Amino acid sequence: MQAKTSSSNYKQLEQKSRYTNIFLRWFLYFVLILFASYFIFPLYVMVVTSLKTMEEIRQGTLLTWPSGLNFDAWAVAWGGRGYGAGDTFLKPYFWNSLKMVIPAVFFSTFIGAMTGYVLTKWRFKGDSWVFLFLLFGCFIPFQAILLPMARTLGALGISNSIIGLVLVHTVYGIPFTTLFFRNYYVSIPTELVKAARIDGAGFFKIFFKILLPISAPIIVVTVIWQFTQIWNDFLFGSTFSFGEAAPIQVALNNMVLSSTSVKEYNVDMASAIIAGIPTLIVYVLAGKYFIRGLTSGAVKG
Amino acid sequence: MFKWLEKNLPKIVLAPAVGLISWFVYGFVLWTLYISFTNSKILPKYELWGVGQYVKLWASRKWLISVDNLLVFTALFLIFCIVIGIILAIFLDQKIRAEGVLRTIYLYPMALSFIVTGTAWKWILNPSLGIQKMFIDWGFENFTFNWLVDREMAIYTIVIAGVWQSAGFVMALFLAGLRSVEDEIVKAAKIDGAGLFTVYWKILIPMMRPVFFTSFVILVHISIKSYDLIVALTQGGPGISTTMPALFMTQAAFHKSQVGLSAASAMMMFMAVAAVIIPYLYSELRRENAS
Repeated sequence: MQAKTSSSNYKQLEQKSRYTNIFLRWFLYFVLILFASYFIFPLYVMVVTSLKTMEEIRQGTLLTWPSGLNFDAWAVAWGGRGYGAGDTFLKPYFWNSLKMVIPAVFFSTFIGAMTGYVLTKWRFKGDSWVFLFLLFGCFIPFQAILLPMARTLGALGISNSIIGLVLVHTVYGIPFTTLFFRNYYVSIPTELVKAARIDGAGFFKIFFKILLPISAPIIVVTVIWQFTQIWNDFLFGSTFSFGEAAPIQVALNNMVLSSTSVKEYNVDMASAIIAGIPTLIVYVLAGKYFIRGLTSGAVKG
Repeated sequence: MFKWLEKNLPKIVLAPAVGLISWFVYGFVLWTLYISFTNSKILPKYELWGVGQYVKLWASRKWLISVDNLLVFTALFLIFCIVIGIILAIFLDQKIRAEGVLRTIYLYPMALSFIVTGTAWKWILNPSLGIQKMFIDWGFENFTFNWLVDREMAIYTIVIAGVWQSAGFVMALFLAGLRSVEDEIVKAAKIDGAGLFTVYWKILIPMMRPVFFTSFVILVHISIKSYDLIVALTQGGPGISTTMPALFMTQAAFHKSQVGLSAASAMMMFMAVAAVIIPYLYSELRRENAS
């Protein structure tokens, strides 16, 4: 008798907790989807606005679906309207950014890999201090170096040029790339290197034959991190370049701010998407590595 | 000679990185520090002038507004990013369907530049055709949302856009933290009769202390340096109501020919960052040495 009541009680309890569970699940999904819409909302608005005519924009709301796939605004954003002065469009600046990003990513990644290799596999007294010395460069506010950098670029004769920006981005990328490679190589057993040294392999041979072949994941993480950082940079771009040598973020900002008689929001949005698309593609294709860069760049200081 | 080269090869390979960082980071910061003690206007002057620039800086109304804005922005930015980040991380940790898709959506703003973000939010928040019009067209005729052009409220539009950009990042940090906790701990607590809420509130969240610390440092760092977002969204306006230290610095340096003053403001930013970063690096290093 006793046992029976308690078991039916238990059943009741189980029933009740099942209902609360179902309710909680719904609540969970509700909140998650609510936030997802907050995050997706600006992207949605950007895309639909870029496909509308100005007339449609004035008549509808932010959320109104465009009447058709109208890529006119995209064409204007990318290639301009075809009249001379004052016609800013993104195409030349997009190539500027590419010409700046590719060498800067390459040099900073290469230097970071070599530095990380020395700091973990050819350790010497005080090497952790050297690491800390380099690491601090990750954190300085760049405002503290803008003035002397501007003067240095002037003295070298490369202010307002893509070469100048490549130099700036290479230098200030080194602390991050070093951090990535150092933290990756530190987890690779040093015995491998020691054995190779006994076999007579030299400094570079060990790097190229042993470490480089197993470095693919960290190279991907580093390249993505550097690519995103440099492509999205505005502070250096806007301080050290203007006019024709400007990277795309600076051009985008100038386009949006330039006060023509009528504001063309569809062109603005198309421009913003064009400036954002390369990094978005990288993120969608290699999100795993992107997140790894973000969290290891941050967590492991 | 060859022997010497071979023996010192590792250090020679290290030299470019150390040399570049010594010159371009430490040398440059010291140069800026020196200039902040001079009376430089358009061009740097090298005779010392004392702390005059710092006195001028802290007497400047614009600088005080910048600092005030920075404090307001940092506080709200921190609170919203961390609260939203934790909620999303905990909810996503409940064996959710389509977790990958949701995670991708929460984090994609991190791949965009603040200029792109600012351009988008500027359009959404503009009073004539943006959100305000949307609600009016939906029948809320008296709805007003003009924070972007309101001196008192404009700073909060920067918070909205900043949180949108960075909350997903905090989510990723906490999700990684939660996933690294041993299942055994949670199982043991559940056997002891702890409910899910208690498990999180009493056990898991307190275990996330290092993640809180990291998020705090990264977010404060982002907010002190914030420049692009303000340029794209408000240019410091209306008036100077949304100006911030980073904007103050570049304007003084490159538009107003106040090189000394801008160096002083840059050094104030440097010290603010150092005050947050040095304890962080110290504790991280100690943890690494301990393990």
